[in-house]
Amino acid sequence: MSIYSILIILGSGLVTWLPRVIPFLLVRKLQLPEVVIRFLSYVPICILTALFVENLFIVKQGEFPSLNFEYCLAALPTIGVAVLTRNLMWVVIAGMSSMALIRYFII
Amino acid sequence: MSLTFKDGVQACIPTLLGYIGIGIAAGVVGKASNLSVLEVTLMAIIIYAGASQFIITGLMMVATPISAVIFTVFLVNSRHFLMSMATAPAFRRFSLLNNIGIGSLLTDESFAVAMNAIANKQPVNPAWMHGLNITAYAAWILSCLVGALIGEWLPNPAQFGLDYALVAMFIGLLYLQLTADKSKTLLNRVIVILTVSVILIFLLRFVSSEMAILLSTFAGCFMGIIVERKA
Repeated sequence: MSIYSILIILGSGLVTWLPRVIPFLLVRKLQLPEVVIRFLSYVPICILTALFVENLFIVKQGEFPSLNFEYCLAALPTIGVAVLTRNLMWVVIAGMSSMALIRYFII
Repeated sequence: MSLTFKDGVQACIPTLLGYIGIGIAAGVVGKASNLSVLEVTLMAIIIYAGASQFIITGLMMVATPISAVIFTVFLVNSRHFLMSMATAPAFRRFSLLNNIGIGSLLTDESFAVAMNAIANKQPVNPAWMHGLNITAYAAWILSCLVGALIGEWLPNPAQFGLDYALVAMFIGLLYLQLTADKSKTLLNRVIVILTVSVILIFLLRFVSSEMAILLSTFAGCFMGIIVERKA
């Protein structure tokens, strides 16, 4: 295990723990401004979109990214299963199976 | 008749399958992304947050700088702050140590179960909340460990599409987040998603992937507030 992963795990642990605990210490008075709460409420959607879209591209420095064809293709049945089952386990299984089939038959 | 630790354990049971499913997936994905079994397990113990663990795994794959990973995790977990803000008043009269313990292990699901109990006028107390939280925590750590072990026994992960598990998980998490978050109109959500996507693709030419992810996320959040203000 590298120093890199140790520092990431400890640092991420700390910044995950603090937002969980601090409100329990401050709850009597503190009230975040409405606009901050609304801003924060968009964070999960935005970051998951960014991570998903970034994964669909092959990035080359100094060029606009090109589509990763097999990843885009596998996304279609995966999205379908997400809509149908709403179950993360099935979504992951569908994604991996699609990818395995695409590699076996197409590429 | 006050609620006991055991009542809390029982209140956790309906949500256990969720923890187990995602935990095993997080373990398999972590292993497929070149993390060791120890790293996966430590993440479950120390970080204990599904979405964050997936995102960290994804960022470590592209060798993101430590500060950028931690800052991203901080942003992702800002919602924990809101959940804790909503939960804390119910436990205000109990000891500081109890409150820290409850806050440390609060999850989306245990938050939801607790809020439901409070809405149903159940007399929640720290013992009950600890029963709920600790059951979930144990299930999560074990599931991540088992997932990592499963991932280790598979020889050539790419052949089975294992490298796609992370992308699939992002698709699933994004879809669940989109359908669960009732505080935004459909139009706002679509506008925000398009904003993030367009800015991300544009930025990928000029800055590193992780910077593009962070900057496009900020842009999306600002756009969210702007369209709300206009409405």
